Amino acid sequence: MAAVQDGQLNMEVEKDIKTEITNDGSGNINANSSSPGSTSSGGKSKSPAGSGEDQQTLLAVLQFLKRNKLTESVDILRREAGLSADADDSPVSDSAGAGSGGVPNVSADGGDANSLLSRVSIATPVAPPATAPPKATGSMASGGEDQPDVNVVLSAYSQQGDPVLYPLYYNGLKKFIESVLDCHRAELSQVFYPLFVHMYLELVYNNHENEAKQFFEKFSGDQECYYEEDLRILSSMSKKEHMKGNETMLDFRTSKFVLRISRDSYQLLKRHLQERQNNQIWNIIQEHLYIDIFDGMPRSKSQIDAMSGSLAGEGKRDANKAKVFYGLLKEPEIEVPLDDEDEEAENEEGKPKKKKPKKDSMGSKSKKQDPNAPQQTRIPLPELKDSDKLDKIMNMKEATKKIRLSPDNLPSICFYSFLNAYQGLTAVDFTDDSSLIAGGFADSTVRVWSVTPKKLRRVKSAADLSNIDKESDDVLERIMDEKTASESKILYGHSGPVYGISFSPDRNYLLSSSEDGTVRLWSLQTFTCLVGYKGHNYPVWDTQFSPYGYYFISGGHDRVARLWATDHYQPLRMFAGHLADITCTLFHPNSNYVATGSADRTIRLWDVLTGNCVRILTGHKGPIHSLAFSPNGKFMASGATDGRVLLWDVGHGLMVGELKGHSDTIYALKFSRDGEILASGSMDNTVKLWDTLKAFDDVELDDFTAATGHIHLPENSQELLLGTYMTKSTPVIHLHFTRRNLLLAAGAYNP
Amino acid sequence: MAEERRPKQCTVVLPTESMKAMAESIGVGQLQEESCAALSEEVSYRIKEIAQDALKFMHHGKRCKLTTSDIDYALKLKNVEPLYGFQSQEFIPFRFASGGGRELHFYEEKEVDLSDIINTPLPRVPLDVSLKAHWLSIEGVQPAIPENPPPAPKEQQKTESTEPLKAVKPGQEEEGSTQKGQGATSAEAKGKKDGLMRMKPRSTHELSVEQQLYYKEITEACVGSCEAKRAEALQSIATDPGLYQMLPRFSTFISEGVRVNVVQNNLALLIYLMRMVKALMDNPTLYLEKYLHELIPAVVTCIVSKQLCLRPDVDNHWALRDFAARLMAQSCKTFSTTTNNIQSRITKTFTKVYNNCWLDDKTQWTTRYGCIAGLSELGPDVIKTLILPRLTVEGARIKAVSDGPVVSNIDKIGADHVQNLLLKHCASVIAKACPLPDNVEQYRADYGYLGPMLCSHVVKARAQAALQAQQVNRTTLTITQPRPTLTVSQSGIGGSGGSRTPSIIKVPSSLTLMSTRPGTPTQPSPPATKYIVMATSSGSSSTQQVLWTAVLLFLFSLKYLDTPTHSRLFIFTIFYIVE
Repeated sequence: MAAVQDGQLNMEVEKDIKTEITNDGSGNINANSSSPGSTSSGGKSKSPAGSGEDQQTLLAVLQFLKRNKLTESVDILRREAGLSADADDSPVSDSAGAGSGGVPNVSADGGDANSLLSRVSIATPVAPPATAPPKATGSMASGGEDQPDVNVVLSAYSQQGDPVLYPLYYNGLKKFIESVLDCHRAELSQVFYPLFVHMYLELVYNNHENEAKQFFEKFSGDQECYYEEDLRILSSMSKKEHMKGNETMLDFRTSKFVLRISRDSYQLLKRHLQERQNNQIWNIIQEHLYIDIFDGMPRSKSQIDAMSGSLAGEGKRDANKAKVFYGLLKEPEIEVPLDDEDEEAENEEGKPKKKKPKKDSMGSKSKKQDPNAPQQTRIPLPELKDSDKLDKIMNMKEATKKIRLSPDNLPSICFYSFLNAYQGLTAVDFTDDSSLIAGGFADSTVRVWSVTPKKLRRVKSAADLSNIDKESDDVLERIMDEKTASESKILYGHSGPVYGISFSPDRNYLLSSSEDGTVRLWSLQTFTCLVGYKGHNYPVWDTQFSPYGYYFISGGHDRVARLWATDHYQPLRMFAGHLADITCTLFHPNSNYVATGSADRTIRLWDVLTGNCVRILTGHKGPIHSLAFSPNGKFMASGATDGRVLLWDVGHGLMVGELKGHSDTIYALKFSRDGEILASGSMDNTVKLWDTLKAFDDVELDDFTAATGHIHLPENSQELLLGTYMTKSTPVIHLHFTRRNLLLAAGAYNP
Repeated sequence: MAEERRPKQCTVVLPTESMKAMAESIGVGQLQEESCAALSEEVSYRIKEIAQDALKFMHHGKRCKLTTSDIDYALKLKNVEPLYGFQSQEFIPFRFASGGGRELHFYEEKEVDLSDIINTPLPRVPLDVSLKAHWLSIEGVQPAIPENPPPAPKEQQKTESTEPLKAVKPGQEEEGSTQKGQGATSAEAKGKKDGLMRMKPRSTHELSVEQQLYYKEITEACVGSCEAKRAEALQSIATDPGLYQMLPRFSTFISEGVRVNVVQNNLALLIYLMRMVKALMDNPTLYLEKYLHELIPAVVTCIVSKQLCLRPDVDNHWALRDFAARLMAQSCKTFSTTTNNIQSRITKTFTKVYNNCWLDDKTQWTTRYGCIAGLSELGPDVIKTLILPRLTVEGARIKAVSDGPVVSNIDKIGADHVQNLLLKHCASVIAKACPLPDNVEQYRADYGYLGPMLCSHVVKARAQAALQAQQVNRTTLTITQPRPTLTVSQSGIGGSGGSRTPSIIKVPSSLTLMSTRPGTPTQPSPPATKYIVMATSSGSSSTQQVLWTAVLLFLFSLKYLDTPTHSRLFIFTIFYIVE
């Protein structure tokens, strides 16, 4: 992987590199799967499949070269690969492109990438056969399964009808759908958008530039407003050549747009198309659309709108069927030594009675295993150190002083404004005990502040350390260099804006991810960089520590989320499947799952153990920028550029609520320590508090909705909104509940 | 909105003329129409692509403004060398030129002398990032502190005063404690829900203990003897948000104060009170219109009152009159609308008093001075229509006092002041309105006694205006940032000639629609200059080279600086355009 970092990337190999990395990574998974304790056997499978795939790729490349009359290269390649001349003698379709000069290079590259990608995705899912099929990994997998041949991928649109007829076809279908019964209309209308896109791309692909333009102008206005972003990208592509480099559209072509349609509606559509002999549309539907047919009542317009909006349609129903162990891990039993001081305080207030039963209840709770919780050893977690235990005790003590929040008892909010940041503040994080605050800045620096009177000190240099009496009681105090005490420290090392930042739970480390493609691990003892994790070759948008430390997740522009352990310089898992940038990442409270939000407007939940995607949650209409798990691990909240917060039931994979109110991107979400209140912070300079208990209670989950996922969302945003707090032109980019349920917010003042 | 824009999106491409102009600028006369079209389409697509990527960086940078660095990163994403170096803080406007039936937009380029840049003093070091904590909310209630936005925005205060039935003060809502800040909208919604019966809510006039303390402190400091404290108090009135609940008190305090102190001729206190009015008007979060009925009489009193101080011959009450007149003019400017007609009513008041003075010789010079000051602050138009016609009469009266027997010292001083005031205000107006040359006799005929003096003042005013104009010119010259210049020299243009004739293209290096650091206006932007010399290997045919440069040049002008790597992105485009 180091070789990849060596610069010298030029245009032609850009794509290759990207795929090579993914390829490398999947190799890593195989190699490392034993070390971090993946107990599954899936690790080193697929090697025969891989070679078969290789062969196929080679053939594809050969075919391509041949088609473009690059006979010399064909010969060389054949010699190298040791293939016989007749191995690739399959008919070659007519090349539509104006092949000359640089063009073949590029398209060869594109094709190569595709086949490589498909190979990767075959190797990626190390799934036990019972769970989700490899299809779940999305575009690449489907590309791999259905179209292993370069020809097919490239000429997916080569079958063409008369370009003049396209608007007629589309109009015909439109008229038909407008004329059907109301109950079916909403469902069938879903077809419009993917059909529109594919017809447009087909026109562009076949060099019918003007027709494409007219087609776009005529029908783009009909599409749902939440597809506007994509339409804008689409509109800028007016030539076949443009399609090659455009990743968004590559996704559109290789992945199938998923629609959920009831059986009745589908039959209706099918009958219509067959009656009319409308092969053009039928072909597109069959080739590029995946229609998930369900039995039962057709859905209403609002139900459909709630779920649609993602780049590749809704998640397939069977994608969300896998069981997710959303319960919490059992807390290790620690004897809480009640020191005298505390006891006295309790006695004075007359609360010892209350204390006793509480302790009992906690004890009994920890004995009983939550049926929804994963096994304690499902993934290996680091052992607790003494300092961790101390911290746990502190935590429990603080928890007893926690304020119980409710709609009548709202939290106080303390706002930390970054002054003189000149709009350069890009990420913020608080430690769990709220003693430190870190900011990532656009000028590549990371700054750490102490918000308690305790100043930040560096450990003494090695020479000085050797003079310390190691037996003394206050050795931990002595190793600190008093001279370096200051309220804040600056960490230099990145070479681009720092977009993600995360403290380790034990407050010894800090992670930062940056535009420069690296994730860095910093020591908060020495305030130096310990490791630079290289692997993402593109900006890394977010990184997050596991709640148990040791593991962390990162995701960025390369669409692959990587799971790392702090002591491995290569990733342990690669989660591939998103169709666009991964914009935010988050660990489940039990550390067994990882959630990623993406610019493809979906949220995926990944199993850390197997590397499978276990949930695909659709419904957002813009890139997702914030995620939060409820403290009990059962629910999740997500916020996007569309200014809406969506609430999800992780166990069922269902959307259970929609909170409208913000007018701009939501960059921060956090549940209170008991999960009663959700705080959201946004670019519109407000912090809003929502009543989540009510939100989750209002949802009635009968078996039918649980099975189909067709949920009626109550329109109750206004009732759930508990408060709105305007800041003075300070966008809110981070929120944090202290252990006593005080809400901390942070943002840069923007005069 | 999207529906209207979308069809447009589809068609937006750069005009082919731009391509032609680019080509011409590097010496390619005849560029084929098809090549132009192909080029422009390709360039448009690439630019759109880059812009879309740049948006991503903007979102992740948690900003709402796209900056040049976002574009740099987007270029980097595409494996294109970004533009390194300085960024211009200011927007560099396009200049327009036409001729020969063609229209051109271009950047004004200036040669930059390196030694100038080296010798300019370094800008001030910007302040370091710091962290500050405050309470955004305390148990669900947002405290009214300067760190928080004003609890009732000005707009809401306005609706309250204009449509009292609609607005509900946040403190009086049923769920006031929790719903604070939603303000008028939720109240409106509630009003609708409750049906048609909308009652004006019972308004509470109680101030909290803190507010009472604050009020006491502020008023005491404002009229107290300690100047430092007063400055602080006035500063607080002028900047603190959340004073609106105390506004009625302040207003009453001022009007009562003026009433009492005019009678007692306490000049100092009157000045303090006027300064309070000024501070209130300066506060951007306050909406004063509701209290003008109290404030304006107080201010007018301070302008035209016969006597404002105990010893009119010594004390400088003229300054107070000037100050109050200015306040009056300011409030006319801010609050005058077609419905309340403040400006015309004020003008009428002044004129009435003035007319009385005209008729009545016995009117005090002080009042006369006040009227003239008040009127002349209202602007040159008012001076022209109301004061200039009276100059002759006024001159005669002044003459009578100054030449006549010494009646009283006070009258003489008053006449002097009025004379100076008239000269000061009228001269500039006349200087603008009357044609050259300034003839003393003409002036005497027009304006009587004051004529000659006016004439000399006008001459002075003209000279000053000319000087100022010059100065303005000069300052703009000095302010003008040296235009950053980017020089690209390409050696070995194709095979056209063996000789190396480097063509120099100079393009300003930055197109900054948004400055990256709007927070530091005081800081002079660093001179943005860059010299980059680029060489491409000769080998491609000359036409290609030319087209190539056209693309490059275009991108230059859009700040997308090019380097050899970047060229690869475009070169294949041109390849098949040419072939």
